[in-house]
Amino acid sequence: MSLLRARACLRVPAVPAFLVLILLAGCGKSPSATGSHPLRVWHWMTDREEAFDELAARYQQATSTPVRFELYAPSDVYAQKVRAAAQTEGLPEVYGILGELRDVGSFIQAGHVEPLEPYLSEGGGAWRAALFPKALAVNAFSRGNPYGVEPGAYGVPIDVMNIQIFYNKKLLAQLGVDPQTPPTTWEAFLQVAERAKAERLIGFVSGWAELWLLDCFAQNYAIHEMGMKRVEDTFAGKVPYTDPGWISVLRRFAELRDSGLLASGIVTMVNKQAEQLFANERAVFAFNGAWGVNVYRSMNPDLDYGIMMPPKTTSRPMVTWGGAGSSFFVNARSPRKAEAVAFLRWLTEEPQQRYLLETTQNIPANRAAASDLSPHLAAFADAMDATVHPRLFAVQEASPVIEAFDKGIQSILIGEATPEAVAQQVQEVKARETSRRAQLESAHGRP
Amino acid sequence: MAAPRGRRVAPYAFILPALLLFTVFSIYPFYLLLQTSLLDWDGISPSPTFVGLRNYLEVLAQDRIFWTSFGQAGYVTLLALTLQNALALLLAIAVNRELRGGTIYRTIFFLPPILSEIVVGLIWFWIFDGNFGIFNEVLTAMGLGHFTRPWLADPQTALSAVAMIHMWKGFGWGFVMFLAGLQTIPDELYEAARVDGANAWYRFRHVTLPLLLPVCITVSILTILGTMQIFALIIATTQGGPAFHTEVPITRIFASMLGSGRFGYACAQGIVFGLILLVVSLIQLRFQRKTA
Repeated sequence: MSLLRARACLRVPAVPAFLVLILLAGCGKSPSATGSHPLRVWHWMTDREEAFDELAARYQQATSTPVRFELYAPSDVYAQKVRAAAQTEGLPEVYGILGELRDVGSFIQAGHVEPLEPYLSEGGGAWRAALFPKALAVNAFSRGNPYGVEPGAYGVPIDVMNIQIFYNKKLLAQLGVDPQTPPTTWEAFLQVAERAKAERLIGFVSGWAELWLLDCFAQNYAIHEMGMKRVEDTFAGKVPYTDPGWISVLRRFAELRDSGLLASGIVTMVNKQAEQLFANERAVFAFNGAWGVNVYRSMNPDLDYGIMMPPKTTSRPMVTWGGAGSSFFVNARSPRKAEAVAFLRWLTEEPQQRYLLETTQNIPANRAAASDLSPHLAAFADAMDATVHPRLFAVQEASPVIEAFDKGIQSILIGEATPEAVAQQVQEVKARETSRRAQLESAHGRP
Repeated sequence: MAAPRGRRVAPYAFILPALLLFTVFSIYPFYLLLQTSLLDWDGISPSPTFVGLRNYLEVLAQDRIFWTSFGQAGYVTLLALTLQNALALLLAIAVNRELRGGTIYRTIFFLPPILSEIVVGLIWFWIFDGNFGIFNEVLTAMGLGHFTRPWLADPQTALSAVAMIHMWKGFGWGFVMFLAGLQTIPDELYEAARVDGANAWYRFRHVTLPLLLPVCITVSILTILGTMQIFALIIATTQGGPAFHTEVPITRIFASMLGSGRFGYACAQGIVFGLILLVVSLIQLRFQRKTA
């Protein structure tokens, strides 16, 4: 009897003790990150999964170091996972950071990113010289940057891209426009609308529910019309959004709306839908990135299209949003960071970059591998000199202001706000954000 | 006479696992949420800044869009509370009668709730599409072509279209609960009412409704809590657009957290949102107790 009672007494606390053990088991250190454990690479690129796995196998064959690419998609989920892993110091050896330069700065300041400047400069800077400079610059910090980050490069691009306008040659010809000379001016571009409507075709599609794509289009015109300096001065708070230059940029969207060129419901159109409409030859123009070449090839291999820069509104040169496509960073806290750097160096060498080009149709970050591209990709590669990227500005705009600007453009497109009213609203958000930051800085003595 | 020590300890030992799990997965995260809401933190930086109640002041006094999103979620909730639940009740009453193929109806009515919100959103996104959507095609075929529009992209209709999709997806839950409630009402009560000469409306008004009231309140609470927290459907259909017309509190919290990288502010928004839902639920529970 006493033995039974003793067993019962033991059994009762054994249950919670077991649960505590289970809970605590997750709090321990991960198994040793050396030896035969694979180097882990986290990414979000669903279209490159097979190619990455093949490259991992090749790397192991060449160096006997196993590499495991781990896919986490969609990109929102990936971004959250990386943040959560950073907070728990559970980042893999190699990973990508999705977000703005401010986010990259935070990761660096928190000690999660290995500076790559010494590695890029090794051996007379051969690694650096092999890559497109603009793509490297997207993940580099200049001296005196507002994030207090040591100047230098921190990320390695594996491909480059920019965003331009795809046009369907057959549909353009059907509308009486020579597909060899697509519209290069704003007026000629808008004139296509009337003929498209008559032919019951959609003029222009893009995933403008995804605000960043809308923002790219707007920033192209802001820089084209106002110049880099004035845009940068706006971000720095020296030029208001109510400036005539910005109102002119916003007016372009009212003109687009009034022309009837835009697809119905473009403000809630995701890019996948826009890609389907263009691939199925329902739309004449699509504002899309270099990745579209691969997307359209898989959706409709017979699609006959060309690529053009956004049409000019002034005599100044046109620019296009672009730079590094996807980039990888090395975890500074990993004991295997040297191996991780070696793997990235190998991944960006010409043979591997050529393999990625062949399998995924993305423009390689390695310049030698990008020497003989298909005509479509070559059109994107040729425009690399005209690319701009928000990360290249010395000052970054605050996210709430960007959101107010992009949502304001949506308001113009649906006809509920004028460009002037939107400019005013954006300036109000800018003033509030500037004041909030100033209060924080003065209260806590931050620079 | 005191109970043996083992017997006194045993009850506590039995609740300890649940208490432990509750502490680790509910109380501690809530404590962290509260703590983070007092910080200016981007979610990464090792040195967050303590800002006291500044985040709360900003939510309460300056964030006009957050409160607009509240109103929009309230509009969808109001429609769900009335139209969705009325439909659920009507269908439950219809199916509760001796119908041929009742099981088939039950299955059909309960199908939408078990579908993923993202899948439902994508299906309706195509139906309501302004370029080649079926809904516009049907309207045109019926000679109502002048009503066609991009339903989810038009500021006049976007929120109502989202509400419609939400109600279509959600009415099955209410239907099942109402049906379960109806089946607990004894037939004798209806027979007695019938003997007393009560017509269908009187039987519904004086027998069904009073006995179904606790179920109605439970369904209402679940509808309010579920609808105010609508998120995946918005992401799959409008992403909060056009402009801010279909933004709801959760999309704003999400935007603050991942869009703006303001984790502390997002936590403050979350706490304000949670407190308001708590108050609404408490009012409803109090009402339930009173009516009981």
